[in-house]
Amino acid sequence: MQKKDNIRNFSIIAHIDHGKSTLADRLLELTETVAKRDMTEQLLDNMDLERERGITIKAHAVKLDYKAKDGNTYELNLIDTPGHVDFNYEVSRSLAACEGAVLIIDASQGVEAQTLANTYLALDHDLELVPVINKIDLPAADPDRVANEVEEVIGLSCDEAPRVSAKTGQNIEAVLESIVDLVPPPENRDDEPLRALVFDSVYDSYKGVIVYVRVMDGKIKPGDTMRMMATGAEFNVVEVGYMRPNAMEPQKELTSGEVGYITASIKTVSDARVGDTVTTAENPASEALAGYRKVNPMVFCGVYPADGADYENLREALEKLQLNDAALSFEPETSGALGFGFRCGFLGLLHLEIIQERLEREYNLDLVTTIPSVIYKVHLTNGEIIEIDNPSHYPDPANIDYCEEPTVDAHIYAPPEYIGAIMNLCQDRRGVYMNTTHLASDRVDIHYILPLNEIIYDFFDVLKSRTRGYASFDYEMSDYQRSSIIKLDVLLNGDIIDALSFMIHSEKAYAKARRIAEKLKDNIPRQMFEIPIQMAIGGKVIARETVKAMRKDVLAKCYGGDITRKKKLLEKQKEGKKRMRHFGTVEVPQEAFMAVLKLDDE
Amino acid sequence: MKNIGLYLHIPFCKSKCPYCDFYSFSGKDTEKDAYTQVLKERILSSISTLQRKGDTLYIGGGTPSALGAENLQILVETCKSDFLTDDAEITVECNPHGLNEDFFKTLYNCGVNRISLGLQSAVDSERRTLGRLSARNQVEIAVKTAQKIGFENITLDVMLGIPNQTEKSLNETLNFCLSLGVPHISAYMLKLEENTFFYKNKHKYNFPDDDLTADLYLQMCETLESKGIIQYEISNFAKAGFESRHNLKYWHCEEYLGLGPSAHSFLDGKRFYYDRDFESFMNGNSPIQDGMGGDFTEYAMLNLRLVEGLNEEKVFERFGHNIPQEIYDKSQIFIDNGYMTKTENGIALTRKGFLISNSILAEIL
Repeated sequence: MQKKDNIRNFSIIAHIDHGKSTLADRLLELTETVAKRDMTEQLLDNMDLERERGITIKAHAVKLDYKAKDGNTYELNLIDTPGHVDFNYEVSRSLAACEGAVLIIDASQGVEAQTLANTYLALDHDLELVPVINKIDLPAADPDRVANEVEEVIGLSCDEAPRVSAKTGQNIEAVLESIVDLVPPPENRDDEPLRALVFDSVYDSYKGVIVYVRVMDGKIKPGDTMRMMATGAEFNVVEVGYMRPNAMEPQKELTSGEVGYITASIKTVSDARVGDTVTTAENPASEALAGYRKVNPMVFCGVYPADGADYENLREALEKLQLNDAALSFEPETSGALGFGFRCGFLGLLHLEIIQERLEREYNLDLVTTIPSVIYKVHLTNGEIIEIDNPSHYPDPANIDYCEEPTVDAHIYAPPEYIGAIMNLCQDRRGVYMNTTHLASDRVDIHYILPLNEIIYDFFDVLKSRTRGYASFDYEMSDYQRSSIIKLDVLLNGDIIDALSFMIHSEKAYAKARRIAEKLKDNIPRQMFEIPIQMAIGGKVIARETVKAMRKDVLAKCYGGDITRKKKLLEKQKEGKKRMRHFGTVEVPQEAFMAVLKLDDE
Repeated sequence: MKNIGLYLHIPFCKSKCPYCDFYSFSGKDTEKDAYTQVLKERILSSISTLQRKGDTLYIGGGTPSALGAENLQILVETCKSDFLTDDAEITVECNPHGLNEDFFKTLYNCGVNRISLGLQSAVDSERRTLGRLSARNQVEIAVKTAQKIGFENITLDVMLGIPNQTEKSLNETLNFCLSLGVPHISAYMLKLEENTFFYKNKHKYNFPDDDLTADLYLQMCETLESKGIIQYEISNFAKAGFESRHNLKYWHCEEYLGLGPSAHSFLDGKRFYYDRDFESFMNGNSPIQDGMGGDFTEYAMLNLRLVEGLNEEKVFERFGHNIPQEIYDKSQIFIDNGYMTKTENGIALTRKGFLISNSILAEIL
């Protein structure tokens, strides 16, 4: 088979903070894909949120033109990948679109858990690895030791690995040369029927959905009728082209081996899902590319506008986000406590937080979210099985035979000295220990089966803090297992607050109930009357706290005739009352909900 | 036309107290003299445009006594000629620090008839925490000197919520006041105002919590009442007939004119104030308009600071309507729980209610 010798498709993989985005920026700069004056830090991370959190959320692709030392000009397609377990599937699709991956290793920290996880992921996709040792400008840098470590742990030779500083720009050209030398060019399969892998899609209000593809076989051009092989949906291709950092560059056609975009007046990203295969109606491929799966939300919570008047705005905002995020689901829901809102489904807690932050920032909404839940399978005494992701739909305990909860197959990578701490944490979280694999002298893989509901709150944060940041964690969905799940209710002043109810394993109910009661007590401001807080399982109270009545809220002095000030205070206080959630006579501020939501284990 | 009150703000203080966010600075003697002259001219021009009489004059601050007796005399006499009624209440706030017999004599002779002294606490350790420059016995001497000169109507400021304050230390302060036989006491719960030393350093002090402060307050109300000094406003207590007529104007939502930087006015339905800026006032800048005042909500908010509360007849007289039924309805739960009370012809807050009056007002108004 002929090769397309001038094309290289690659992604960059790294442990968090090892300099992925910075290196990408330098590559763009060096190939003059962007003028230096146009550089913002970490150009590929488009969203403010990505830049702030330092994690890539969306996949990004960009085409670089590089004139190599051999005199030829190469077309380098960089596909950046998201950096969090919540987005593992997107990562795998991005990698499937490449022939090689640049593996960045920090010259002082060496091989870290995600370095390994990402390496295995890349090897799974038969990618050629290009190791790069970064941050050699740091005082603690020890590139020789790190090179040895990579050879020992990963079995990847680092003799030729470029040693660079993405921060200062030192030796970046060597990275480009290595990519040209090591990453295999794609095969020329222009004559086959079209098969293009969708590795991302974004909604654009002018062009509709922009589908990012890697053409594996065949060609596609404007005027073709494209067909999505998973959904069968067909569209008329309007435009194809390459992605440049600041613009799209229309082309006559995209051919095998190339990375580019397609627009076809597609209305929502769920019509062009990540992982799907694009072919043409005129000359369809017989088989889709392997690896497509529909990503289903795993974590659910209620999302309510703080001000009921914002309900419609919230719906519009969710619709807009959904245009761009096929993994987000939502449907209307009503809560006695919170009014009208939506039950939303997410890939994981990070995904939830990102959506919440985007709603608040980009759409200027004030939100109250309920405690996240997973999907439980409840077996009723009449033989029926129902799926519950919302505690308020939980059936009467008398009608329940038993419950099943989803589990995950989790791998935790850490230095061996943290095995004890990690096992304690996993035991705490009702984990079932599988095995420990020694990956290297200073690295183990601890394998557990964990209930999903034990990891959706704060597992990752606690893991990080108990291992001083050394551990990292990766999981896949596993099967449902029978479990003693019960519903815990929160009562304020005798009334059940439906928005605070949640499902939990019976063994953990007492401890959790006490902590939530305490948290609520600390976060519900004292009010004019005493408020009993009760935690109950099916009518039986298992924990109780009291918010004492407020004793003092007075403006003692009336400022030498400055009545306006007092009046403004009164108005402010009235305004503040509006922002509270009212449950009978009890007012609960949003922070109280957040405090329960963010209940930590430490 | 009803008589109005006149407030003069004296923005000078020897030093800034750690809890105070009123407008003041130390000021040179030349500045004080110049200020007195500017204020005098402003009083005269205001009197001539207003065509109203005043029946209260309140010289507050800052520290009015820092202006010196002669300057105070100039101001009082300016107001008396042609503006104040013969029976006007004329109050001057004084810092007990360094006041002598001549000072009081000068004030007394020019017509001042009410002296307000900032005691805050009679416990010297608390006084030091509050940055008071004088010791307890100097306050005692000042009160006795004023009384000797002929001042009968003397009020002392007391503070609740001082760091490390206890029921015992508060009692010591109250007993001190009672032993001096003053007919009026103002007792303010300390509020940590932003931009004060206390606010910025609050973690370094052991401030009584809300529960203790509330207990101190209730204890104080009872102690004073048992000695015939009866509460008439959230923070004010007096023997019958010694209530502050000037301050009652604020709480009755009546008219007053305030002159001096940061002084507020309410005249002809309009509220306005002078900028918190000495130079600006000296340069003759006009006051800043602060919207309309005196609507029912404002009236109710202010009157409910008083023990007498809201009164149907007075409301009708002023607004031509009754107290809205909605207010009675919303008040019922507070009445049932002892936070409010139905008076003969209206509603009022109880002591327990005063303590959370902000919340109650936000609920019923």
